[in-house]
Amino acid sequence: MTRSLLLRALALAGVLLLLPAPSHAHLMNTGLGPFYDGVTHFALTPEDLLPALALALLAGQRGSRAGRLALFALPGAWLLGGLVGLAFPTISYAPVLTTASFIALGGLVAAEARLRPEWVTALAVVVGLLHGYLNGAAMAQAKLGTLGVVGIVSTLFVVVALGAAMVVAIGVPWGRIAVRVAGSWIAAIGLLLLGWSLRRV
Amino acid sequence: MTLLATLWPALAWAHVEKGRAEGFLAGVHHPVSGLDHVLAMISVGLWGAQLGAPAVWLLPVTFPMVMAFGGMLGLMGAPLPGVEVGIALSGILLGLAVLAEWRPPLWSAAVIVGFFAIFHGHAHGSELPAGASGLLYSIGFVMATGTLHATGIGVGVIHRWGWGRVALRAAGAFVASAGAYFLWRAFT
Repeated sequence: MTRSLLLRALALAGVLLLLPAPSHAHLMNTGLGPFYDGVTHFALTPEDLLPALALALLAGQRGSRAGRLALFALPGAWLLGGLVGLAFPTISYAPVLTTASFIALGGLVAAEARLRPEWVTALAVVVGLLHGYLNGAAMAQAKLGTLGVVGIVSTLFVVVALGAAMVVAIGVPWGRIAVRVAGSWIAAIGLLLLGWSLRRV
Repeated sequence: MTLLATLWPALAWAHVEKGRAEGFLAGVHHPVSGLDHVLAMISVGLWGAQLGAPAVWLLPVTFPMVMAFGGMLGLMGAPLPGVEVGIALSGILLGLAVLAEWRPPLWSAAVIVGFFAIFHGHAHGSELPAGASGLLYSIGFVMATGTLHATGIGVGVIHRWGWGRVALRAAGAFVASAGAYFLWRAFT
């Protein structure tokens, strides 16, 4: 390579270095986009994550059929509720109702309640509609739209699939006890949260 | 010198929503901040380990749930007389149960543990700091409580050996003595 060619290449590289689009490397400024904002919203919001996890554990306790039904019923109802919430964002925060879902689901897991798979599915629909509606209303206020709800529901699907499958596959007695202990912790968190919600200011 | 300096960093709180982190850490810290609570919760695990299945997991499941109920009452401002006395008595009774390897029917062991859990929960609930994130505080609080029970159960594994049974009984005597001290302090 001749000296002049090298200089031209360096000059061109220098010019190119002056023309990059802003990288926005710190996502604090840009966000992740509506879909991934929905994903992270669900993963980082214990108010949604805990009841979903509790329902996955409950479905897993009741066997593979209940797990399969919940796998589609919970995300489906959550999506439907989310779309309704997007369309009619009247209420985006109902702490007593969401807390009640913690207590009920956690208590059922702790008691290893012998519910039929259809009842687990019905619970999944109720919980999905409630939390989905609140999520949708919050997404509407944050202007994240349908993609945000889809991000939430996608993550929810993964959580239910992994949680329920893990419990179904447990083969050792202490593993089932650990699931019941986890349920008691979720119920206890719900009881404390209910106290916070009703706290006299 | 540099190594020592790295052990004392100031808290950066970098990119953390302050109230939420404070809530979780405060929740983790609260159950372990008082010796009376710590001893009682570890004793629940020790007693469960002595009693074996199903008490070994039933008692640690009962305690957090009923304690959370007591915490809810405390948060709501519902009055509960004699909270400190109840906590001290829990230390005495649970310590004596471990000391004597007391084996009551399962349901009555659960009722005893649950009854005293209300006092512990109420004390925690009424002492909660204002402004902390309620949910993250609760998560930290329950996790710390469960970890204390698990510690008791883990230590209680030594019950399978003769020297371990003696050591557990000695631990029960210590807890009962500490409970007596806390009871005396509650009245002075």
